[in-house]
Amino acid sequence: MTIDETFIDKTIEKNNRSLISILQDIQESYNYLPEESLIKVAEKMQIPLIDVYSVVTFYHSFCLIPKGEYIITVCLGTACYIRGGKKIVDLLTKELEIIPGETTKDNKFTLETVNCLGCCAIGPIVKINNEYHGEMTPNKTKKLIKSLKREKND
Amino acid sequence: MTKLLSINEFDKISKKITERQDFNKHIISISSGTCGHASGSIKVAEALKQAVKGYEDKISIKLTGCHGYCAAEPNIIIFPQKVFYKNLKPEDAPNIIQSILKGEIIENLVIKENGINYTHIDEIPFYKYQKNILIGDNPLIDPKNIEDYIAIGGYKAFSKALCMRPNEIIEEIKKSGLRGRGGAGFSTGIKWEVASKQKSDTKYIICNADEGDPGAYMDRNLLEGNPQLIIEGMIIGAYAIGANKGWIYVRDEYPLAVKNITINIKQAREMGFLGKNILGSSFDFDIQITRGAGAFVCGEETALIQSIEGKIGDPRQRPPYPAQMGLFGKPTNINNVETWANIPKIIDKGADWYANIGTKTSKGTKIFSLVGKVKNTGLVEVPMGITIKDIVYNIGGGSPTDRKIKAIQTGGPSGGCIPEDLFNLPIDYESLKQAGSIMGSGGMIVLDEDTCMVDFARYFTNFLQNESCGKCSSCREGIQRMFEILTDITEGKANDTSIELLEELGSVIKDTSLCALGQTAPNSVLTSIRYFRNEYIAHIKDKKCFAGVCRALIRYKIDKEICTGCGVCKINCPEGAIVGELKQPHLILQDKCIKCGICHDNCNFNAINLDV
Repeated sequence: MTIDETFIDKTIEKNNRSLISILQDIQESYNYLPEESLIKVAEKMQIPLIDVYSVVTFYHSFCLIPKGEYIITVCLGTACYIRGGKKIVDLLTKELEIIPGETTKDNKFTLETVNCLGCCAIGPIVKINNEYHGEMTPNKTKKLIKSLKREKND
Repeated sequence: MTKLLSINEFDKISKKITERQDFNKHIISISSGTCGHASGSIKVAEALKQAVKGYEDKISIKLTGCHGYCAAEPNIIIFPQKVFYKNLKPEDAPNIIQSILKGEIIENLVIKENGINYTHIDEIPFYKYQKNILIGDNPLIDPKNIEDYIAIGGYKAFSKALCMRPNEIIEEIKKSGLRGRGGAGFSTGIKWEVASKQKSDTKYIICNADEGDPGAYMDRNLLEGNPQLIIEGMIIGAYAIGANKGWIYVRDEYPLAVKNITINIKQAREMGFLGKNILGSSFDFDIQITRGAGAFVCGEETALIQSIEGKIGDPRQRPPYPAQMGLFGKPTNINNVETWANIPKIIDKGADWYANIGTKTSKGTKIFSLVGKVKNTGLVEVPMGITIKDIVYNIGGGSPTDRKIKAIQTGGPSGGCIPEDLFNLPIDYESLKQAGSIMGSGGMIVLDEDTCMVDFARYFTNFLQNESCGKCSSCREGIQRMFEILTDITEGKANDTSIELLEELGSVIKDTSLCALGQTAPNSVLTSIRYFRNEYIAHIKDKKCFAGVCRALIRYKIDKEICTGCGVCKINCPEGAIVGELKQPHLILQDKCIKCGICHDNCNFNAINLDV
């Protein structure tokens, strides 16, 4: 993959050389962190690549492989957990045939879990890309996935 | 927006904005935080905007931060009467507008509890027992407009502070008795004093908005709903301590909070509350936002500092404390969002007013996120000293089902559980600690008979083993071992020594970990053993999980008498574990069943039950 060097330059400058913010912006643009982008960041900031890599692997929100078209994030915060969030993860694992952190072969769905989205009062929460769905059940989730799959086939 | 160059100019503009308000006009305040969005508040807002066309001279619409009553989302408050409508749908909009014009109340949209209708916000049980100093302003503020904040007296505290000497401000905060709201409960005034006394030409302040405790979201609420309150608190703090630069370290999982705080920093800059020579004084100060990247340990102050510096969140030994050597090696004062939010209120109304609220050792109010197995879920701000019972039953309305509430959990993964027979405990830092838990940042998760305490302790242990940075072996390895033992218990594989082993491991991890993550990690396990030992014994000896949660110890059964043979369970079973002819009682094949409970949820005749 070729990385737009001017974009990397601009991102470094815009974020005042703050590494985490730079990586966040790159991830937002590419939807993951391509290996080449990390090499470029290390070169341009004159820091060892290992330091960039350690930051990327330490923080949960960074991802080194491309994500799918629909990123399904199931909240497993305490309130969502005791109201059945885990059952939703189990259902999605079954339906999509992937485990959290993986993407379906057709690159359509990525399944993720998150520690808390802060919508604890209306949990369990399922977030699909930027859309929040409250008070979810395995049944409702199944329907939602079905409609997305249908959309996909249209 | 014009830049204000003196306190005098601020006074004038503040007066002008306040006088401009039309108190004869109705305002519909739509709760529109992230939880509102998830419940459909945007669609309700669009419908109301359509319906109000032609009546804009009589009614205006304001999209505000969260009103706290999340179980009633999407909800609105109609000012000036303070009528509260709950769980709205877009199709309610035309009726709402017409009822306002006619001066009527729509009875089926008001809160009903125990057969009584509650129309006004002041009489609704959820709000009646609260003391909303901090979140009470949310319904009045469009969080994208600094003028709304100024209209309710915003920045008056700062203009007052600017006429005080820095040490006078610190004395005032000390006198108020305010303690850090992030968890540890250290005196804010003393913390400021230490930072202010450091001899350094560069000092920093940080707002810790890395609200990592799952189940707590008061910081998100404040950042989304009233961001200028936090900014004003930080400006006052920076002036008192002598800092010229501040950071807000906010979770990336809160996109709306990041958006609103970004807009508000820009507006504060344009009006001259941030920047050089603020309000004509010699005081310079500005704020930068750093987004977190999803690491729980970064809520710990030394790890947070490392993270802002672009490194991995690796806590370090203290002393030196951040107040002595913090961000980029400079003296740094870190406070939590809710702590900063208290500052303008204390300066504005005085330390004595503040110290009058609460108990002897814990002053002011505390915001809790009341969630889990309770009817009125939401954010509640209560005076310190109120009992747990008041919060769970009077405000929360008790259990939403026929299942009995058995405990609450406070303090997130670092906290512990408190059983129902201790619900008369007053909420303050000391009494919660005595009960084995902590105040923490304010998560209050209500647990009922359907919550398995062993599984719940296992949940937190799993969370913490993933979040441990790995620096201390006792935390890294110890939590993992605890998790394995708890897993064995939930799978019916544990033996008689398991409980003692957990207790021993817990005390070693507490004693030998460097930072608060490890030091508090065993709390949830230890308190659940302390108060719910019988549940552990039932799992280990009797191989029973009475809550029906631990899959290895439960099974689903179809009641042949009730089953109509409709086949719905059979169609929905993901494992093909249900057999039976149409119109004949069905049967679950136990060796195939994964105990997901989908059949139970889908059965229209309540014929499928847990056999525990």
